[in-house]
Amino acid sequence: MAFEGGEDGFAVTGPLDQLLAWARKNSLWPMPLGLSCCAIEMMSTIGPRFDISRFGAEVARFSPRQSDVMIVAGTLTWKMASVARRIYDQMPNPKYVISMGVCASSGGLYRNYAVVPGVDRLIPVDVYTMGCPPRPDTLLNALLTLQKKIDKGNTHASGNPRPAVVGLGG
Amino acid sequence: MSDTATTTSAIEDALAAHAAAFSGSMQPKTQDGIPVVRVPRDQVIGFLVAARDDAKLRFRLLLDVTALDHYGQPRDRFDVVYHCYSFESRTRLRVKTSCPERDAVVPSAVPEFPTAGFLEREVFDMFGIRFDGNPDLRRILMPEDYEHFPLRKDFPLEGIEPEKVYRKHGGVMMPRATGAEPINGARSDTP
Ligand code: SF4
Repeated sequence: MAFEGGEDGFAVTGPLDQLLAWARKNSLWPMPLGLSCCAIEMMSTIGPRFDISRFGAEVARFSPRQSDVMIVAGTLTWKMASVARRIYDQMPNPKYVISMGVCASSGGLYRNYAVVPGVDRLIPVDVYTMGCPPRPDTLLNALLTLQKKIDKGNTHASGNPRPAVVGLGG
Repeated sequence: MSDTATTTSAIEDALAAHAAAFSGSMQPKTQDGIPVVRVPRDQVIGFLVAARDDAKLRFRLLLDVTALDHYGQPRDRFDVVYHCYSFESRTRLRVKTSCPERDAVVPSAVPEFPTAGFLEREVFDMFGIRFDGNPDLRRILMPEDYEHFPLRKDFPLEGIEPEKVYRKHGGVMMPRATGAEPINGARSDTP
């Protein structure tokens, strides 16, 4: 990809898939699926102190039709499982999923009859996030990881999933 | 309040009289002094109504309906437990009844205590005890097509996954993340 031009403006040229990935990764609108306590950290991430808008993801849409990345923040119960899957199905392609916290990633400390042992049982996940709850830094790290994945085409949406597990980052 | 409040022993005497009338019996009190009455299941609603309507008792509020599973013990498998409260004497009451596993049905308290509706649904959802006469006995906490009763003692602690939920979504069950990137908290660039 290249920036071409001079004083009266510029153009970006490059292969179409690269341009699309560049556009997509820098405007990832989240669908905040806040299911329990992790959602508080997600709100904090969206708020001014951590400010997810620095990475192009400020427009938290509570409508799945307008969002690109679903952040599953919290404990998914079996009662809620079908609803979460339906929300995922309603998102337009290409769509990505961040599983926030150990509950969403594996069921976490809830090993019982009520909780889905990992939302990846029902929804394809691109980035798993460690922590109970993950700090906002970790969620930002997950978002940056997802951006790199979109760049490289390593997502479920591009047919070459390579899920990552992220922590605080170094 | 004090003119309608009756003494503990008067309450217990009245309870014992009602228990006898409904072929039940007084049981040892709980550690915190709540009187416990055990009645046969076909009499339990009658007893609750009598305890509610007796001017000395007035156990008007049905606080909770719950159940116990005595799996593997030589007795009826399930106990259904009712907790009542009297605003007048500010006392509580625990009423127990039991039903066998083969015939886990108890008459519903909904016609007399509408608040029992959701409570009985929860007992049905968790223990599989049916309440005869409950107009809306559906599952309340688990998915509606779940096939097991999680609080029974023979239910595995780690749960049984509802295959139907998977099937409903066209078998999208994902493989676990094994073989994916190594779990590495120190490195973030693992795309
Ligand atoms: S991972 Fe921890 S903070 Fe997050 S939803 Fe589960 S219990 Fe709550």
